[in-house]
Amino acid sequence: MTAGADHKGLVGLLDRLGRRAVAGVAEFGFAAALFGESFYWLAMGKRRHQPVRLAPIFAQAMEIGIGALPIVTVLSGTIGVMLAIQGIYSLKLFGAESRVTLGVALSTVREFAPLITGILVAGRSGSALAARLGTMRINQEIDALTVMGISPVRFLVVPALIAMMVMLPALTLWGDLVGLFAAGLYIAPQLGSTMAAYGTEVAGLLKVNDLMHGLAKSAIFAVLITVVGVINGASVTGGAEGVGRMTTRSVVHAISAIVITDMIFVFLVTR
Amino acid sequence: MGEPVTNSVEVVDLVSHFGERQILHQVSLEVRKGEIMVIMGGSGSGKTTLLNHLLGLLSPTSGHVRVLGHDLSRLSPLALQRLRTRTGVAFQSGALFSSMSVGDNIALPLREHTNLDETTIGIMTRLKLEVVSLAGFETLMPAELSGGMIKRAALARAIVMDPELLFCDEPSAGLDPVVASSIDDLILRLRDAMGMSIVVVTHDLDSTFKIADRICVLDKGRVLALDTVEAIRASTDVRIQNLLNRRTEDAEPDVDSYLRRLLGEAASPTPESRLP
Repeated sequence: MTAGADHKGLVGLLDRLGRRAVAGVAEFGFAAALFGESFYWLAMGKRRHQPVRLAPIFAQAMEIGIGALPIVTVLSGTIGVMLAIQGIYSLKLFGAESRVTLGVALSTVREFAPLITGILVAGRSGSALAARLGTMRINQEIDALTVMGISPVRFLVVPALIAMMVMLPALTLWGDLVGLFAAGLYIAPQLGSTMAAYGTEVAGLLKVNDLMHGLAKSAIFAVLITVVGVINGASVTGGAEGVGRMTTRSVVHAISAIVITDMIFVFLVTR
Repeated sequence: MGEPVTNSVEVVDLVSHFGERQILHQVSLEVRKGEIMVIMGGSGSGKTTLLNHLLGLLSPTSGHVRVLGHDLSRLSPLALQRLRTRTGVAFQSGALFSSMSVGDNIALPLREHTNLDETTIGIMTRLKLEVVSLAGFETLMPAELSGGMIKRAALARAIVMDPELLFCDEPSAGLDPVVASSIDDLILRLRDAMGMSIVVVTHDLDSTFKIADRICVLDKGRVLALDTVEAIRASTDVRIQNLLNRRTEDAEPDVDSYLRRLLGEAASPTPESRLP
């Protein structure tokens, strides 16, 4: 038992609040340290005879990226169509439905594709990462790596981080294309136009800046998903139940971090 | 670094805390080159904590741990990493990487720390599998192995770099007597054939007496005795005899504190408060 844990009432509440706050700050520090250490290994690994190898990065990239392709395709397409329907409906209210392409193109590329891809990958791969590290921790596999002289960060975290930072923007780009295409399938007949004309219009409306806005966000989401997954996996205690609890926590935290960071990013960049 | 190293492990006045609770009290011991030291003690005696200190997984509150002549708390990360390639560890649960085959598990230290080509690594891996009598099992996954096979595979991984010092955590726990005995034989063979110093942490009496050169009896975070097998057997200390004869500790005479604990009034229990 820790001292002070048996306070009751207001003091107890303040006590718990303080402990939670300190734990939260500590977790932020842990996250920053982990991120820094990952880049240290990436840059210095060779000199310390612990190079970051390509094969595990590739394996992770296949799992994170190629494995998520079907679901990203389906959901991006669905969201494209949904945006098109809502766009036409709301613009019709003031007779501007011909401007729907602009709204759909911008919102897909700047917001919906990065967000939906990030949330999907957080659910799929962030949780898998947390569960894998958590299981390795309770099986003493992390300790085994350490005592073998193999840095767990270099061996386990860096490949996942690099794979995530490459594959999440790639998936987002794919989500952009699919979303816009699916939206076009609905918009073109509704406006009595053709897919070719729709395509030309989208290409004319979108600027590189819009595309980069979305991709930059997805790269940040990639870091968030990995770091949150690793931290939760690494702090697993208490057997299989603990793994389950931290896996759930990692998904909730990763998605919250994605949405909040998205808002901050948009606020800072768009104004 | 320059002076000749006669002891593989030296622990001096090691004190360790887990939060507020003190786990180890001024523990001192040394493991000589080429000997098998068994650290013995019941559950909660602090033997796992001591092992984690020897492995450098925990930092001591005070005191020193020297492994192969190097003070663990003073080593740079790079030097610690180099030192760790000269030691091997077989964990209680095996701690085999569940995503890799047995062969890949055993080859991992070679792949990470040497520039050997795959053919040589394959040969060395199979060689160690032969040593632990697991020849032909290298393509199986850890989940497909029995408890005894996992422990033997973990030993094979621990010795694949031909370490000077080997740590074994409960090598025979949870195994039937025949398999447990075969693991004891294996540990003896490793010492005799390769001249390793071996530290074994266990609560298994039979295997302790079979393999130990010297025994360190740990009780409630203190070294109760540190001597040869014969001397420990002949010891007149009541607590050692209790441990050796599997007698339970005497019932608590202090009825007052017992009642207070039941009522939840007592402060957090320390190991001392339970002493008669």
